Amino acid sequence: MANIMIRKNEKGYSFYMPKRDIEDSIVSMEFDTPEKWGGEIKLGNGGAYYIEPQTAPARLPYSVRARRIDGVE
Amino acid sequence: MAALTREETEALIQEVLEVYPEKAKKDRAKHLMINDKELESSKKCITSNRKSLPGVMTMRGCAYAGSKGVVWGPIKDVISISHGPIGCGQYSRAGRRNYYVGTTGIDSFCEMNFTSDFQEKDIVFGGDKKLAKLINEIEGLFPLNKGISIQSECPVGLIGDDIEAVAKKAAKELNKPVVPVRCEGFRGVSQSLGHHIANDSVRDWIISNRDGQAFEKTPYDVAILGDYNVGGDAWASRVLLEEMGLRVVAQWSGDGTLAEMENTPFVKLNLLHCYRSMNYISRHMEEKYGIPWLEYNFFGPTKIKESLRKIASYFDDSIKEGAERVIAKYTPMMEAVIAKYKPRLQGKKVMLYVGGLRPRHVVGAYEDLGMEVVGAGYEFAHNDDYDRTIKEMGDATLIYDDVTGYEFEEFVKAMKPDLIGSGIKEKYVFHKMGVPFRQLHSWDYSGPYHGCDGFAVFAKDMDLTLNNPCWNMMQPPWQEKPAKSLLKDPLLKAA
Repeated sequence: MANIMIRKNEKGYSFYMPKRDIEDSIVSMEFDTPEKWGGEIKLGNGGAYYIEPQTAPARLPYSVRARRIDGVE
Repeated sequence: MAALTREETEALIQEVLEVYPEKAKKDRAKHLMINDKELESSKKCITSNRKSLPGVMTMRGCAYAGSKGVVWGPIKDVISISHGPIGCGQYSRAGRRNYYVGTTGIDSFCEMNFTSDFQEKDIVFGGDKKLAKLINEIEGLFPLNKGISIQSECPVGLIGDDIEAVAKKAAKELNKPVVPVRCEGFRGVSQSLGHHIANDSVRDWIISNRDGQAFEKTPYDVAILGDYNVGGDAWASRVLLEEMGLRVVAQWSGDGTLAEMENTPFVKLNLLHCYRSMNYISRHMEEKYGIPWLEYNFFGPTKIKESLRKIASYFDDSIKEGAERVIAKYTPMMEAVIAKYKPRLQGKKVMLYVGGLRPRHVVGAYEDLGMEVVGAGYEFAHNDDYDRTIKEMGDATLIYDDVTGYEFEEFVKAMKPDLIGSGIKEKYVFHKMGVPFRQLHSWDYSGPYHGCDGFAVFAKDMDLTLNNPCWNMMQPPWQEKPAKSLLKDPLLKAA
């Protein structure tokens, strides 16, 4: 489990993990509706993380705990 | 048009790597790439932010250098104590030319070295008492300081001193911020982690100090982040922003003060110049205070115009007009600079090896002068920096991460650039090889290079270096062809 920060840029969601200074784009997110948000996220570098599904944050960027499913790093 | 074709560059990399043992060769190969503009991500082509190989020359610094030297050092009214043996503080003292307005030793302290000068007994019995005493002494001698930061050197981490406790106690007694920074040199692989640690300490100890307090805001407040005022850079940037109608609340951290940093959460937009060293705090302010941040680039007219328009797009029409006004005002001046120097610099090739930002930021400025960057590399960049670099650099150019002394020399021998831009450690090696060289860390004791005023200085400096007659005199007399030199010598003829 690690803290990650999700923000929005012109291309969509982006992923940032402060602890390891990994910045990447989020290619897909399992749930992306106001009520249910999160789940499995896939990164541009091929990595995958899991965020406990929750209501969508009111404001981005948003820091959240995530679990690594399949990390490149 | 790159210096070499893709195949030639590939062959060059293979040839250079040939001398390494198998394992080292495999490792170093991952840090070298040939640019391909089509690439979206650098990830598959180049590895960065990894530990340097033992046994090779690296130009990297340490976490202490990143924290004390880069982020904390230039804050002028904060005293940064180099906590540990004396060398780290003394050899990094005032070397970076972060200009500031103020009287050194009275209300500004950047050029001074404050250190706890660890001795054997401090290692054996701990240095906390000494640190507490030192802080009191500082307060007595320099009462106009606005805060103190404790920059730990390696031994402090090794012996496990509790500098946080000392800092908390001192902060209560003095009633001003005393910030412990755990930037021991052994942390991380380069100074990059030092930047991160320093940003985190600012986040934890400084940034929320004035939350909830009154602040007279305007809709045009911005902060300059990641501009360290090397040779006056931040001033040259600041005038442009102010002329377009913005109010610059804070400069981080060149010529900046503690009060400016504490006021930064009140701004509308954070302008980020050095992405590598200050993106951390920008991200934090974006999340906590909802302040958007924007990367900009003030090197060379093309990028300045682009950046000014991008900055203005965050504000109303008066600022947009302001941006156009500034561009219109400075365009004739910039054109005059280009008209003067472009004919003298056109078509020259440059190789760069700098820290974490400039190899990509100065590409535009060189292109404005008709020059071409054929190779670029970073000491401590991360993958996201290389993602950005790929787009700036030409196709089939060489990109190198944490290049070793040997590799850099071999690349220069093969690519024969007309100019190299790097740091003091590389300077004299290439001077002795007869290649024109500019320091791009400290601007070779010149500057500023940012902004419109800076571009004029930049162009002049590049011309002075490249077209200096000394580069034609690199051959000593005894190596010249004798017949030719004897005939030419007027003294001999007379005899």
